[in-house]
Amino acid sequence: MSKNWPLWEIFVRSKNGLEHRHFGSLHAADAEMALENARDVYTRRNEGVSIWVVESVNITASNPEHNGEMFEPAQDKVYRHPTFYDLPDEVKHM
Amino acid sequence: MSEEQIKNLEVQFEARIARDEKIEPKDWMPEKYRKTHIRQMSQHAHSEIVGMLPEGNWITRAPSLRRKVALLAKVQDEAGHGLYLYSACETLGVSRDELYEQLHSGKAKYSSIFNYPTITWADMGAVGWLVDGAAIINQVPLCNTSYGPYARAMVRVCKEESFHQRQGFEIMMKLANGAPEQKELAQDALNRWWWPSLMMLGPTDAESIHTEQSMKWKLKRKSNDDLRQQFIDQTVPQAELIGLTIPDPDLKWNEERQSYDFGEINWDEFWQVVKGHGPMNKERMKARVGAWEEGEWVRDAAMAYAEKKQARKQKQAI
Repeated sequence: MSKNWPLWEIFVRSKNGLEHRHFGSLHAADAEMALENARDVYTRRNEGVSIWVVESVNITASNPEHNGEMFEPAQDKVYRHPTFYDLPDEVKHM
Repeated sequence: MSEEQIKNLEVQFEARIARDEKIEPKDWMPEKYRKTHIRQMSQHAHSEIVGMLPEGNWITRAPSLRRKVALLAKVQDEAGHGLYLYSACETLGVSRDELYEQLHSGKAKYSSIFNYPTITWADMGAVGWLVDGAAIINQVPLCNTSYGPYARAMVRVCKEESFHQRQGFEIMMKLANGAPEQKELAQDALNRWWWPSLMMLGPTDAESIHTEQSMKWKLKRKSNDDLRQQFIDQTVPQAELIGLTIPDPDLKWNEERQSYDFGEINWDEFWQVVKGHGPMNKERMKARVGAWEEGEWVRDAAMAYAEKKQARKQKQAI
C-alpha cells in the first residue's frame, strides 16, 4: 500500500469581475488532477470560469485562540473611520 | 486545562451557538461536539456514496437517452455530495482513509434505505420521488446548522437535490399514465418504497437517543416525528394526483389536525435492516469494498506518475 493522495483546497471564480472564493477541498495525486477533479466536483452547473488549487499543507492559518492579540488592536482605532471626524453640516461632499 | 476551565469554555461555546454564531474548524469545541459531527457528517457522506449503488444498477438499462442522461447526472451528483461531505468531515481532523475504513469495516453506518433492492425501472422513479424527497426534508434544516463547513456543504447539496426528486416523480407520472402494466409497475414500486421511506426519517421521538443534544447544536431543528408528518402530508396529494394509492389502509385525513393520520410503522424491520439484516446489506458492502480494492492499483499508479513528473521537473530545474 503506497502513499495516499494529498488534500487540495479549491478556489473558484464564479465569473469575471469577482474574486476566487474557497469552495472546499478534495484529494488528488497532483495539481493537474486536482484541477480536473475540482471541475467535476465543484463546477457541474456552470459555477465557475476559473479554478485555483493549492495543496492544503501550503496554507498557513491564524489560530482562533490568538484572535485577541491578532484582531482586537483594531477595535480601539476609531480614528481610522470617517465617522470619527466632526465636520460642520455646511460641508458637502466629504 | 482544569476541569473548571473546560466547563467555562463549554458554557461560552453553547452560548455562541445559541446566538446563531457559526463554529469553524480551528475553533475550540467540546470533544463531544467534534465526535458527534464526525459521526453524523461521515454517516451522511457514506449514505451518498452507497446511495449510488442501487441507481447505478439502472444506468445502462434506462429506457431512453433522456432518462439515461438524467440518471447519470443524478448519480454523479451523489458522488459529488459524498465528496463535499467527506471534505467537510476532514476539517475536524479525521482522515479520508479512516472514514473509508469505518465504512468498509461496518463500524460506520449509512442510511438503511439503500439496503433495499431496485428490481424494476419504476424503482428509479420511487427512489427519486420518495427517497430523495425524504432526504430533502431531513437536509434543508441542516443548511443552518452550527458547524460552518457542514452548513456550507449542505447549501450546495440542497441546491442540487431538487432536480433529483423531480426526475423521479416524472418517471412515476409517466408510468402511472401509461399502459396498465406500466401503472402496475409504478404502484408496485410505491408499495415497496413507501414504508422504508417513512423509516428514513428516523426512529420515533421516544426512541431517538440523540435528539436533545442535536437540537441544541442545530444538527436538528425538528423532531423525527414532525419531519415524518411533513413528508406524509406533502407526498399523499402527489400520489393522488398521478392516480397511485399509498399502501396504508389506516391513512386518513384528519380535519382537526389538518394532517394525515397513518398506520403503524414496522420498527422491527427497521432495526433488522440497521443491524445488517436487510435484503441488500451484504451486497452493498461487497460492491463498495470491491470498488475500493480493485481501484487501488489505479490510485497507486496515479501517485507514482505524479511523483515521476515532479522528479523530472526538478531535474530540469538543476
